[in-house]
Amino acid sequence: MTTVFDRPHALKDVQLHYCPGCTHGIIHRLVAECIDELGIEGRTIGIASVGCSVLTYNYFNVDMIQAAHGRAPAVATGAKRADPNNIVFTYQGDGDLAAIGTAETVHSAARGENITVIFVNNAIYGMTGGQMAPTSLPGQVTQTSPYGRDTKTVGYPVKVCELLSNVDGATYLERVAVNDVKNVNNAKRAIKKAFQYQMEGKGFSLVEVLSTCPTNWGLTPEKAIKWLEDNMIPYYPLGVYKDKYAEKEGK
Amino acid sequence: MSEDMSEKVLMKGNEAIAEAAIMAGCRHYFGYPITPQTELTAYMAKRLPKMEGGVFLQAESEIAAINMVIGVSSAGKRVMTSSSSPGISLKGEGLSYLAGCDLPAFVVNVQRGGPGLGGIQPSQSDYFQATRGTHGDYHTIVLAPDSVQEMVSLTVKGFELADKYRMTSMLLADGTLGQMMEPVSLDVGEIKTFDKPWATTGTKMQRPNNIINSLSLIPEELEQWNMTRFERYKVVEENEVMYEEYMMDDAEICLVSFGITARVSKNAINEARAQGIKAGMIRPITLWPFPKKALCEAADKVKAFISVEMSMGQLIEDVELATRCKKPVLLCNRCGGVIPSPQNVMDKIVEANNLGGEKA
Repeated sequence: MTTVFDRPHALKDVQLHYCPGCTHGIIHRLVAECIDELGIEGRTIGIASVGCSVLTYNYFNVDMIQAAHGRAPAVATGAKRADPNNIVFTYQGDGDLAAIGTAETVHSAARGENITVIFVNNAIYGMTGGQMAPTSLPGQVTQTSPYGRDTKTVGYPVKVCELLSNVDGATYLERVAVNDVKNVNNAKRAIKKAFQYQMEGKGFSLVEVLSTCPTNWGLTPEKAIKWLEDNMIPYYPLGVYKDKYAEKEGK
Repeated sequence: MSEDMSEKVLMKGNEAIAEAAIMAGCRHYFGYPITPQTELTAYMAKRLPKMEGGVFLQAESEIAAINMVIGVSSAGKRVMTSSSSPGISLKGEGLSYLAGCDLPAFVVNVQRGGPGLGGIQPSQSDYFQATRGTHGDYHTIVLAPDSVQEMVSLTVKGFELADKYRMTSMLLADGTLGQMMEPVSLDVGEIKTFDKPWATTGTKMQRPNNIINSLSLIPEELEQWNMTRFERYKVVEENEVMYEEYMMDDAEICLVSFGITARVSKNAINEARAQGIKAGMIRPITLWPFPKKALCEAADKVKAFISVEMSMGQLIEDVELATRCKKPVLLCNRCGGVIPSPQNVMDKIVEANNLGGEKA
């Protein structure tokens, strides 16, 4: 018999703790597939963050470091500088990366750290039970914005790719989504490119993945996908926000 | 540096720490500017980029710097950061994670007056912070030099202890020691290194993956981790206590002091002896583990203790605990960046001597 579909080697054969319909599982798989295909498992170091993805250290079959909330890019900086031949990636959610870890995010990009950041944006704090995130949409109802996010009092969402596109040190920034097959394939292409850029020493890459949180959005998995398409993608347009090397090649 | 390592060179405390760290095999430094420790950062900025594998990075914050330390330590390499009091507060989060992850690290605190932004003159008011730490059950090895020479030897020792016990060692200095120049020998002897099979160096597809982590959602498991860690701490307490006794053979008044105030205390003790008062000193060199046994034994011989410190009474609590309040413990202190004068200490010695050995 020929195996046509199997678990990537870089993803451990263990049960994930994610809720039904959550897209973390897809994103984990894409990262692991890229690690397999690039043949870098033995020299990859993953940095887990704080939030729903905190337990990624149990899922990836590579050396892992669990960082404090928001500090993953700083830990990644140390790990990469300790051994520049290793491939270092962070896996962070929106609260971790765009609220408490804003300084670490911006400055690791500004320094042009040769690392890869996988940024999962689901517009809510998942692990703590559905509080307003820096990326929660205007009007979005959460546990800490029970009347909807009021931009007059708590301001506007942080658009990470747009923000970092003005940082000279950043090399590659792309926003993708995992709501359908086409976008999943595109997300994988972006993640692979981000790792390849690091392998080629090209500097700081960040792939923002629009993701769902059916549990805390209070929607079925199917309706959550629809909510992402109707609300998140219009506010957070997909696409390449920066690619220093595509610019150089005149693409 | 001189070719002949036994020859003495004149160095500033902060720079001596940096040079000693390099000699101890540290090639990674992460810091953020803050007075009065900046010479250390500047020295590393000059030296490390010229060395093979040397990395100097000025981080965006103290918080980022300590997390960069975590990254390098996870990779199994010797690494350090340095700061002064308000900056150490910011590193507090990272210190707890280092402990929870059982990672070695070397951290320097060149203390200044506080709280808040405080001042920039010397202080010892981070004693509680250094010996008690931030959230969670853990200990930090705290080394307190009283000279530039000891800053060199304790820096080397600090790296070795950190690796040996997978802990943070903190060199607790102050603005005076950091800024003053003294002749030092840089002959530090053979440097001990330790295997780190736990490090996240990449699996090379040859071993199961290593995980550096402080999280457990299972209470019994987390309890066991803490128990295991404290078994290791017990070994540190049994084997690594360091202190100096000064004129303690026949002492009736025992001063307890560390760092720069121990130097002032020695002057006062000499003066007291000249006046016929039998004063001596136990100088803790490790603040954790604290020389409890030496103090407890001294309590059976002397009639009073004096805690000489640049804080509002922090060291004194450990003296009272260690001596089990068997004898009176007086406080001789200045704070806010003021160093006690030998006369301040002398006055307190006279006061202690007049107690007559009875518990006040």
